[in-house]
Amino acid sequence: MAKLVSIPSNSLIPERDIDKSPILECVNLGIQFGGLKAVDDFNLTIGRTEIAGLIGPNGAGKTTVFNLLTKVYQPTSGTILLDGKDTHGMNTMQVNKAGIARTFQNIRLFDAMSVEDNVKTGMENEMTYGMWHGIFRTPKYWRQEKVAHERAMELLSIFNMEDMADMKAGSLPYGAQRRLEIVRALATNPALLLLDEPAAGMNPSETAELMENIRKIRDTFQIAILLIEHDMNLVMNICEGLCVLNFGRVIAKGTPEDVQANPAVIEAYLGKKKEA
Amino acid sequence: MTFLTFLISGISLGSIYAIIALGYTMVYGIAKMLNFAHGDVIMVGAYICFYATSRFNLPAVVGVLLAVVVCTILGIIIERLAYKPLRAAPLLAVLITAIGVSYFLQNAALLLWSSSPKVFPPVISNGNLSLFGGQLNIPYITLVTILACIVIMIVLVWFTSKTKMGKAMRACSEDKGAAQLMGINVNGTISLTFAIGSGLAAIAGVLLCSAYPTLVPTTGAMPGIKAFTAAVFGGIGSIPGAMIGGILLGIIEIFTKAYISTQLSDPIVFAVLILVLIVRPAGLLGKQIREKV
Amino acid sequence: MKNRIRWNKTTRNNYITYAVVLLAFVVMQILSSGGILSSTLKGMLVPICAYVVMAISLNLTVGVLGELSLGHAGFMSVGAFTGVTAVIALRPYVSSAPVLLIVGMVVGAFFAAVIGFLIGIPVLRLKGDYLAIVTLAFGEIIKGIFNNLYVGLDKTGLHVSLLSDKTDLAEGGKLVISGPMGLGSIPKVATFPVGVLLVIVALIIIFHLVNSRSGRAIMAVRDNRIAAESIGVNVTKYKLMAFTVSAALAGAAGTLFATNYTTLVANKFDFNASILILVFVVLGGLGNMLGSILAATALTILPEALREFSDYRMLVYAIVLILVMLATNNDTFKSFLSRLKPGRKQKKKEVG
Repeated sequence: MAKLVSIPSNSLIPERDIDKSPILECVNLGIQFGGLKAVDDFNLTIGRTEIAGLIGPNGAGKTTVFNLLTKVYQPTSGTILLDGKDTHGMNTMQVNKAGIARTFQNIRLFDAMSVEDNVKTGMENEMTYGMWHGIFRTPKYWRQEKVAHERAMELLSIFNMEDMADMKAGSLPYGAQRRLEIVRALATNPALLLLDEPAAGMNPSETAELMENIRKIRDTFQIAILLIEHDMNLVMNICEGLCVLNFGRVIAKGTPEDVQANPAVIEAYLGKKKEA
Repeated sequence: MTFLTFLISGISLGSIYAIIALGYTMVYGIAKMLNFAHGDVIMVGAYICFYATSRFNLPAVVGVLLAVVVCTILGIIIERLAYKPLRAAPLLAVLITAIGVSYFLQNAALLLWSSSPKVFPPVISNGNLSLFGGQLNIPYITLVTILACIVIMIVLVWFTSKTKMGKAMRACSEDKGAAQLMGINVNGTISLTFAIGSGLAAIAGVLLCSAYPTLVPTTGAMPGIKAFTAAVFGGIGSIPGAMIGGILLGIIEIFTKAYISTQLSDPIVFAVLILVLIVRPAGLLGKQIREKV
Repeated sequence: MKNRIRWNKTTRNNYITYAVVLLAFVVMQILSSGGILSSTLKGMLVPICAYVVMAISLNLTVGVLGELSLGHAGFMSVGAFTGVTAVIALRPYVSSAPVLLIVGMVVGAFFAAVIGFLIGIPVLRLKGDYLAIVTLAFGEIIKGIFNNLYVGLDKTGLHVSLLSDKTDLAEGGKLVISGPMGLGSIPKVATFPVGVLLVIVALIIIFHLVNSRSGRAIMAVRDNRIAAESIGVNVTKYKLMAFTVSAALAGAAGTLFATNYTTLVANKFDFNASILILVFVVLGGLGNMLGSILAATALTILPEALREFSDYRMLVYAIVLILVMLATNNDTFKSFLSRLKPGRKQKKKEVG
């Protein structure tokens, strides 16, 4: 486990990333729906190759943070700096092109399309041939399609899913759907990968395998990963830094060990102890 | 004064659209389907009233009542036979079925009543209400139309907000599954909605043909499309929206006919609809539903 | 290796579609030259080709892009009116009828594409039924405009006026489009071979588009818009692309259709025409091009085949339509049918 060192922006990133600028910085990020502050004063810094976790009780605003980062919702206050660049005014598509990819809590695959096509659609950012090249099947079309096919197979091989390439995404078993979403997100070449409950609905052995693969993805692609997860075993095992949300506010930040011992976190999860 | 005359006839035409639009909007709200056969139920209502009054010499009131009863039953039958078996089917399949029903009604009318136009007898005595020393003449039928529309509106709003069946209707349109769990008879409620919508269509048919007294099997088609437009205009699924949409559509139509061009009135009406939807994508009173991510 | 086989499945289906079209063409040519074909059926060959292209192009919008359009006939009429104008204007310079028709179809496709693109910009921001009603509105607007459009041709070129004939043509000039009277004295250049050619070209365009980066993006938008955005797909761009290509093909079909008649009015392309084409698409199956082709052909011939029922034929048509929808979409009915065919597992209901 990397040692965590405090840096000026009052957050914790792994030692190996200290010398580099962080990939993501959220400053006083917030969103208000009507009178409700769903997320308020959210500050988080993530290092280039960090695996970070966002945890908290149900309804704490974790997915809302993802939606803010990917601009499904526009923040009503604060700043998001991705690789030092302000993402203000960008939409979901532009944020993805800038380097954030995500998965969804309620799986959102292209159900009627094949597994391979799901992954290839994720390569939208790197494929350059236009409509006419497609219609006339020019050499450019064949060249890029060949590369896309090979890359899709390579990405699917991370999860040993090559032989599912021609199945319809909607007909995959649940666990495979979750894995396919990760592959599709990786196909966009992100610098930061957001995983929304990647282990939900998986059995312990699947979860163990997933943990291995999340590490493998980080090591292979040298990217940062931020994940929301309720499986504490997974969170404590693979996350280098944790951020705990409750009622839209950060109540604790630090290494898994620190967070586990934090009284505010225990209270948020288990409720306040009654005075004797 | 001419302006006022146009305004009143616009409101009157709009009232007819509004009554038809109510049928569209209620059915859409509960069954989430575009009932393209609705316009043809109007036509059936008008024919029933026509035959009752001019062939069997029944009083106008009886003719109207008979039309309402027949259309209500027709609405329930259509729902049971054509739409109910498709409750779980893709919406597009239901849409095509509705179109099939529309063709069926038009062609059945063609066989039963032939294509030769019928001159619809006035259900209200031909006469005018003279105001300002004869400067402003409002036909009685116009007044009756507007009045009917107001009454229907008030009754429907009361019905959906105060009565048990009305509340069941609103519950079904929000969430059928949850409504069923609360012990609401969902199928019955949907039938009821079709019944009310079709009954209203009969009234609209009589009023429409009283104002424009030529009756052919395709009489209901264009007003049907326009009323549908009006429902969307006001925000489909919303009862006050259908009302406002219908009346605005009527006014816009009469004014473009009067001041811009008769031939281009339909294109202009539709252009206004498009503009409204571009500014307010869910219509005037419709709710924007945000997809949960 | 399994991969290879599966990949071929899409391609194989596409080739089957091409083969069916070509086979139908050859059979019709043989029957026609053998004099076996009735003159009614012979006269229907070109309209069938036009309706087939209409159906597969609408299938691109409804089946592949997943947006309901109720104004597809509007693009057909744009293609018909502009294409025929081009054909009449170019007639003195082009002697070959097929070339003239092809040029006309290109012109028709171009203008329909332009209109489709312009309409698409505001329309495609809307969702579901709102989008459907706006396409319906545009169809009616296009019809209304053509009903009041006067276009004349003389030595100095084209003259256009709205509402009444103010074209003021020079001597020897003539009116091409005359308001509610529509197109008059259309050169009858449409032929069955060119019609089949258009069908094949439309199929190639659609199949190649679908099996490319653009097609995947379009289907991604259909299956899950939010997910598509999250992986960098430009939703507006791809919606517009599908809509415009669809409009262009409809435009070409419009020119083909119009040049099969000597006169044609704008009211021919009304809401009912749009609905008719939508029926082809839904009956043939969303995204299934061969299905669209078969449905368009069968339903164009059906009213003729029902001619012996005379007055009852449209009634029968309506009943057939309702029954087919019930038979293909009702679960009780479907499970009944699948029980008749043992060995075939009942497929899970797909959301359409």
